[in-house]
Amino acid sequence: MTTPIHARFDLDYSEFRLAVDLVLPGSGVTVLFGHSGSGKTTLLRCIAGLQQAAKGFLKINGEVWHDSERGVFLPTHKRSLGYVFQEANLFPHLSVKGNLQFGLKRTGQTGADLTHILELLGIVHLLERMPDRLSGGERQRVAIARALALNPKVLLMDEPLAALDFKRKQEILPFLERLHRELHIPLLYVTHSQQEVAQLADHLVILDEGRVLASGPLSETLSRLDVPLAKDRDAASVWPVIVTEHEAEYHLTQVAFDGGRLSLPSLAVNIGTPMRVQIYARDVSITLQAPVATSILNVLPACITGIVDDHSGHCVVRLQVGNLSLLAHITRKSAVLLGLNSGMPVYVQIKGTSILN
Amino acid sequence: MLSAADIATLWLTFKVASLATLIMLLLGTPLAWWLARTRSRFKGICNALVALPLVLPPTVLGFYLLVMLGPKGPIGQLTNELGLGTLPFTFPGLVVASVFYSLPFVVQPLQTSFAAIGRQPLEAAATLRAGPLDTFFNVVLPLTKPGFMTAAILGFAHTVGEFGVVLMVGGNIPDRTRVVSVQIYNHVEALEYDQAHWLAGCLLLFSFTVLLVLYSALKTHPVAHQLK
Repeated sequence: MTTPIHARFDLDYSEFRLAVDLVLPGSGVTVLFGHSGSGKTTLLRCIAGLQQAAKGFLKINGEVWHDSERGVFLPTHKRSLGYVFQEANLFPHLSVKGNLQFGLKRTGQTGADLTHILELLGIVHLLERMPDRLSGGERQRVAIARALALNPKVLLMDEPLAALDFKRKQEILPFLERLHRELHIPLLYVTHSQQEVAQLADHLVILDEGRVLASGPLSETLSRLDVPLAKDRDAASVWPVIVTEHEAEYHLTQVAFDGGRLSLPSLAVNIGTPMRVQIYARDVSITLQAPVATSILNVLPACITGIVDDHSGHCVVRLQVGNLSLLAHITRKSAVLLGLNSGMPVYVQIKGTSILN
Repeated sequence: MLSAADIATLWLTFKVASLATLIMLLLGTPLAWWLARTRSRFKGICNALVALPLVLPPTVLGFYLLVMLGPKGPIGQLTNELGLGTLPFTFPGLVVASVFYSLPFVVQPLQTSFAAIGRQPLEAAATLRAGPLDTFFNVVLPLTKPGFMTAAILGFAHTVGEFGVVLMVGGNIPDRTRVVSVQIYNHVEALEYDQAHWLAGCLLLFSFTVLLVLYSALKTHPVAHQLK
């Protein structure tokens, strides 16, 4: 029922070239990740039609928006999209309500189902305010509502949290996560924050210097050893889990993943709730035998599926645990002493986990 | 006191300045928009051409306009062929000359405010389904209102204050091309200092009021709102 997004662009500035050829899922959250200058924002702007690549092809929801070979280029205002800019970019001469109505009027919508969006984003009480009377977080929430209200075929967000301080980020992330669960259209989300990747992405595209380094489902892409992300100090695996049991006397919660169980610090959520667990590679250690007496609760059988040396004393090890992938950062010395090799059955000890929602 | 002839010059000045301001806003808006957005290599030349009347002696500008608009000039021949006659020493000629003379005072504030709003509100409008004209009237215009106010007031006031160009192109024909500044000159030539005082006083008061209003308004409304 969801048709994939085809995006192919070749845009050549003298100092920068974007050359991508992507097929992205037609639903869920696709995060375009990369450092500044990687071309992630340019890619998003090409998808929105705010920039025109010399050579390009873009098909969303079965509609061709750009096909340079056939001379098709739909201008931005004729594309069914919602765009959230890094700076909220509200119209300063219009109230919150005026900003929301601007797009509604032009799409011929009544805004009848707007109430739900306003409640979801917690801005019902701000309707009469002018943008300069809003906090940065409030402005960004209004901007998200303004884009959503159009009922677009695709939602594009360009680092919507980057201009906000930590507190404001924490104020908006829960809204984005709720949005993630309720949204039925694809969301393309640009960020350079690994935290936002772990929290929001279903599909991950990693860009570097205008090229695609990797594109695939989140867990799979995060554990790819040929991508610099795996070597990063904050490299982590993200596992989807379901809450199965509360151990009140130990203040622990049991969750199940595809192929095993984990003990987590007590969570105030109902049994059966789906969650995401983030496991930092630096919190994972490897043993050859099952440890008989250890204070670490989460010990799981695993199989090594790959090892790379970062040439500075550390190794990145990829493991298969159940049906999921896990990254571990260990010293090169340990890898040599244990004689670790691809295909070896081992045990992993997980020292810490963090819950993402 | 002001004589009937003086009042006629005031009325004529008002008519010339109003009409010229209207034309300058109509011509100046697209021109300023282009100058604020373009990366064309002709931008520099166009900027210089528009700004030329700021530095040229009015007599030089008036002289060239007279030659161009006259029966042997290219524009004069065109207007003749169109059955409009030649423009020098007529009311329309005065308006045309005023437009050239005061255009930088309209284009520059508009150009500054168009540049100041940046591309962000335009892009936001495009992502909200507003086409280019829709965006201009419903986003750009409200955001650059102070720029338009400044442009209109400066264009009008500067046209009221012109003398050299008027004398060259319009001459000194009562009720047709004799504006206030020329009338003051006539009075002084005729040693009618009382009459000159009245008219000069009127212009002084007018100019001061205009600038006062402009600067007080600008204090509360910067040339363009900053985007939040």
